[in-house]
Amino acid sequence: MGQSLDLFAAVSPEGAWTVTQVTRRARAVVEAGLLPLWVRGEISGFKAWQSGHWYFALRDRSAQIRCVMFQKDNRRLPAPPQDGMQVFLFARPTLWEEKGEFRLTVVDLLSTEAGGLWQLAFEKAKAALAKDGLLDPARKRPLPPYPLRIAVVTSPDGAALQDIIAVTARRWPVAELLVLPTRVQGEGAEQEICAALALLCRVEGLDLAIIGRGGGSREDLWTFNHERVARAVAALPVPVISAVGHETDVTLCDLVADVRAATPSAAAEAATPDRADVLAALAHLGARLARGLAGRSGRVAERLDRTFDRLTGTLERRLERHRHELSGLAGRLDALSPLKILERGYALARDEQGRVLKRVVQFPAGLRFRLRVTDGDVAARAGES
Amino acid sequence: MARARPELVSFAQQLDRLEEIVRRLEAQELDLDEALKLFEEGIERLREARERLTAAEAQVKQVLSDKAGNLKVEDFDG
Repeated sequence: MGQSLDLFAAVSPEGAWTVTQVTRRARAVVEAGLLPLWVRGEISGFKAWQSGHWYFALRDRSAQIRCVMFQKDNRRLPAPPQDGMQVFLFARPTLWEEKGEFRLTVVDLLSTEAGGLWQLAFEKAKAALAKDGLLDPARKRPLPPYPLRIAVVTSPDGAALQDIIAVTARRWPVAELLVLPTRVQGEGAEQEICAALALLCRVEGLDLAIIGRGGGSREDLWTFNHERVARAVAALPVPVISAVGHETDVTLCDLVADVRAATPSAAAEAATPDRADVLAALAHLGARLARGLAGRSGRVAERLDRTFDRLTGTLERRLERHRHELSGLAGRLDALSPLKILERGYALARDEQGRVLKRVVQFPAGLRFRLRVTDGDVAARAGES
Repeated sequence: MARARPELVSFAQQLDRLEEIVRRLEAQELDLDEALKLFEEGIERLREARERLTAAEAQVKQVLSDKAGNLKVEDFDG
């Protein structure tokens, strides 16, 4: 690089350097004189290009430096920084020859703010999920009490899977575990998990799904904070238990799941009833069944007795009422009897056929009729009026 | 294609039915014939359920997708 250039050769116009020669030389000087270093400052004019590269300026009160962070370096970060954010950059100072511009090629970027970029990315994705109602507590589905087919989305060689298998085998061996193997951390884990979840949606007869991994650093767990993973979890057709092993940090996956468990073992416990409990419940049901029938046979006799009592009681009451009615009727009949009236001195005229004669026209002169008085009949004849 | 095992799908329903039988028997609203019939059904379901619980051995399988995108279920030996 420019070894052929003599630094003292360009002191006259004849020895003039080309622009390219100068920038190349300047770049060599900068890169040799300023080794990769940490710089702190404030982000300004941030722009993410279509290519995935990030461009921005880092500045303080009196100066600024152009910065680039290439896609191969920035893809490890959970989110782009925002203008105004205070950051630490680990960067290689260089000179961009095409523009003759001094700049930093950023290799790593840490926010000095609480939680930093991770927190920022988390809050952004969380807000997006909340906006779509995916964090609504009303979305939480109850777990089936006796699951028979449980899908497990996790690493096939992690301790998490072994724990889930062990707990299920001990508590509820009735269930069949279907493992959907996937990597749970590192480059591309996000896509793999989403693919496993898509596969899960096609398995028939599932009762429940567990998604998770054992504990790890925040970076290790980050796969479960991707908005895409969270959305795929929220879209599962069966209830989901999330067990991303970390007590303190809740992941987005935890937030959209129907139940959050602290560890994979706890997830398997939440997913399954204890066989011993179910057997005890069965024994209890059996006892109730027997008592129910025994009670029934006793009850039949008891009920017959009761029915008989009720029946005879009703009959007696009815008879009593009839007796009352009858004596009342007799009294009323007695009062209405014509004999009572005759006693008071009235008489009843009747013709030979026994018809009662009530009007003058019914007594033509010479008509024979009978008079009924209180103690018997008297023969009578109508005279001339 | 991974299919649900029909003999197991009904486990929760079987327990529900058992509960229902016991409740009806306890309610004492049936005639003796019906009660006996229910009792026998209850005993049978109880036996089945118990067998199911005690005979089971946890099965672990893994679900993969072949090149054509079809589901493949195979035994898992982790």
